[in-house]
Parts: sequence; C-alpha cells; structure tokens
Amino acid sequence: MDRHYMDSQIKGVSTGTTILAVTFNGGVIIGSDSRASMGGSYVSSKTINKLIQVHDRIFCCISGSLADAQAVTKTAKFQISLHSIQMDSPPLVKAAASILKELCYNNKEELQAGFITAGWDKKKGPQVYTVALGGMLLNLPFAIGGSGSTYIYGYTDAKFKPDMSREECLQFATNALALAMGRDNVSGGVAHLVVITEGGVEHVVIPGDKLPKFNDE
Amino acid sequence: MAAYMSATRSESAFSTNDLVPEWAKEEVSTGTTIMAVEFDGGVVIGADSRTTTGAYIANRVTDKLTPIHDHIFCCRSGSAADTQAVADAVTYQLGFHSIELDEPPLVQTAANLFKQMCYRYREELTAGIIVAGWDKRKGGQVYTVPMGGMIVRQPVSVGGSGSSYIYGFMDSNYKPGMTKEECLTFCTQALALAMERDGSSGGVARLAAITEGGVERRVVLGNQLPKFSNV
Repeated sequence: MDRHYMDSQIKGVSTGTTILAVTFNGGVIIGSDSRASMGGSYVSSKTINKLIQVHDRIFCCISGSLADAQAVTKTAKFQISLHSIQMDSPPLVKAAASILKELCYNNKEELQAGFITAGWDKKKGPQVYTVALGGMLLNLPFAIGGSGSTYIYGYTDAKFKPDMSREECLQFATNALALAMGRDNVSGGVAHLVVITEGGVEHVVIPGDKLPKFNDE
Repeated sequence: MAAYMSATRSESAFSTNDLVPEWAKEEVSTGTTIMAVEFDGGVVIGADSRTTTGAYIANRVTDKLTPIHDHIFCCRSGSAADTQAVADAVTYQLGFHSIELDEPPLVQTAANLFKQMCYRYREELTAGIIVAGWDKRKGGQVYTVPMGGMIVRQPVSVGGSGSSYIYGFMDSNYKPGMTKEECLTFCTQALALAMERDGSSGGVARLAAITEGGVERRVVLGNQLPKFSNV
C-alpha cells in the first residue's frame, strides 16, 4: 500500500509519521504523532498538527511531504465547503475522501502525500477511507499509514475488534501510536487524537511522557 | 547494501533474455521472518518457510532453523547462499572448539564466531542471523547479529523482512518471565501476523524449543496458523 521507503526521499520537510483512524461503536477516532522531520536527522517541528478538520464532522490526517499535504488539504477543504453549500446538507465522508482522491490521482506525478479521511455522516455513520500515494481510495474499518505504520501492522491486525466501545478504541489507538513512535525515529512528540461522533468532536492530546510504555528499559 | 553476486555464471552467454525466465536471474533470498525468545530454562526460536528468487518461491518448506551444535541453533535471514556458507563455517569452527575444550560450547562463543565472520566480510555478505541456545553457564540466551556485523544479547529478537510488521506486536505482547508454552504461542502468533503482511514470508511456521534436555521441534501448518483477518 503506502510506499514507506519514499518518506526518506522526500525533499524538504516531510511528515515521516504515524497516522491512524479506527471506527468504533458510534464513532471514529483519528490519531497521529506530532513530528515533522527533514531527512530523518533533524526534527523541524515537535508539535505539528497533522489532523486537519475539513468539515464539521470530517477530519483528515496527512503523511508524506508536508508542503504537498497542506496544499492538497487547503484545496480539498474549499471544495468540500462548496459542495456542502450546494447540496445544502453536511457532506458525506465518502464525498470528502473522493475529493482528496481526485486531487491525488490527477496530480500523481507531482505529489507525494497520503491521507486517511475519517468522519461521521448521517447516511453511513462512522467511516474511515484511506487515499494512498498514487490516488487509490479504500474504505476500511480501520487504517494505518505513514512510515511508522509498518511496525504496527502486526499489533493492529491482532488487536482490532469491530464495534469496540469508545474507551477500548481510545486505548487501542493510543497503544498503537505509542508502539509506532517507540520504533520509528521519524515519528514522535505527542499523540494527537480526535474522537468524532454524531454529537460532536473531542480533541485528546497525550504528551510523550504520559504515553503507555512497553518494555522501555 | 552489499552488492549481489550473479546467480548463474551462464548469464553472460544469454544476454538476450528470452532463454532464461525472469526469476532465474534473481538471487535466491530468504526474505523472511525469524525470531527468538528467552525464557527461564531455555529459548524458543521460530521462522517462516519461504525462499524466493524474485517473485518465484523456490522452496515453500525451507528450514531456516539451522543446528550449530547440540544446544545451539541459528535463524537465517538474507541471502540463502551467504547464510548457508557462514553457518557451515561456524558449525565447523564451533565443533572443533568444543572438542578442544572437552565441553559443550557457550552460546556466546557461537554468536561471536558469527559476528567475526559477518563483520570481516560485511561488504560481501547479506546475512542477518539470530543465534539462540542453552548452555550451563547462562541458561537460555538470544544474540542477534544483523547485517553489518554487530552483536547484542536481547531477551527477544525478530529479524528478516517480515520483522518490521511485528515490532509493535512484539513490544506490546512480550513479558519477561513467560513459560515455554507461552513463548511458543507468542512466537506462533507473531510469525502468523508477519506472514500475513510480508509477501516474502509464508508457508509453514517452524518452531523449536531448546532446553537443557534437548531440542523439541514443531511445525504449524498454514491452515492451523492463528487467523487475524479483520479487514
């Protein structure tokens, strides 16, 4: 799926990163680390926010080249707002994801950014969509991405259960981020989490020293 | 990365490649998943069973757990040729050393022999090896000798291309003080997860438990592996 090795060849600032989104019973949790690096040896920001709100109940997390990701999400945010106004109703998560996909696919030669879109809409409830580097769109119960995600494929495959409670899901997402940040040198900082439900949007920030520890002697 | 030697010498005579299929020109590699865990009284080691030449699976029932001495094994990853050659050389050296000493050899000795060879020939070799076994002095030990030739003792170690996917699982599920059966379950699950995600790992899961009493080998066939398909 993601071409993880590409992260190290991105010119300029890259979010060598760990991002994820997980559906649970009644909502979806989207999360990321907070490190932006240049070439794997310099951390250009310790506290960057990779969770971009593209509409009231739709968030998008970014990986890859920071410049590309910001450009694409700014454009997508505008197009989603316009679409929502024209339809006179909140946009579907699938519509938001498709807009991102169109931008990524039509500009695949120039862009190096991957996204995970997650949100809640009235038609299908909580959903997670992943848009990979070349512009592929996939709907999944949960998705992980970025360079740090390689290390947690085994963990997430083993531990994910459909229809978890909000607390179980929060624990699952926090653990997954902590494990990835512990192994990937270009992921780190704090863990940003956003819980999206029909009722609203809640930000949770967990500083590095409060993250769960796993055999960290 | 070390340069690959050509797989067949006859390649130059067939420079127009119609006569040789694509996979026959690739080097044989054990793109793989290997792991080893210490427990009180011994070690548990495990590996998948896939050997590939490019996209072709040359051997789907490979045994990557190679005995070096009665109570010492090594898990091989990287180039199949390189690791077989190094393992053969170390087996000879260790056997000779053990006869001189008139005593079973130490796991640390075996690991250091691997390190010496992997470090000296680091430019030519592509070999990532985990050495594990039991000896009277320190009990169960796991030493990892990755590419480049460093050596470090770890309570649990994973290696090979499939290992990237199970670092998170290993970090969260390993607890010190597990029993032999718990270690075997842990290894089986970890190998199953890696084999599911890594295209170069697959087949059956081979396991071995090494204790003072000897070596107990197990095979978990593909359809008996734990399943984790949620997506």
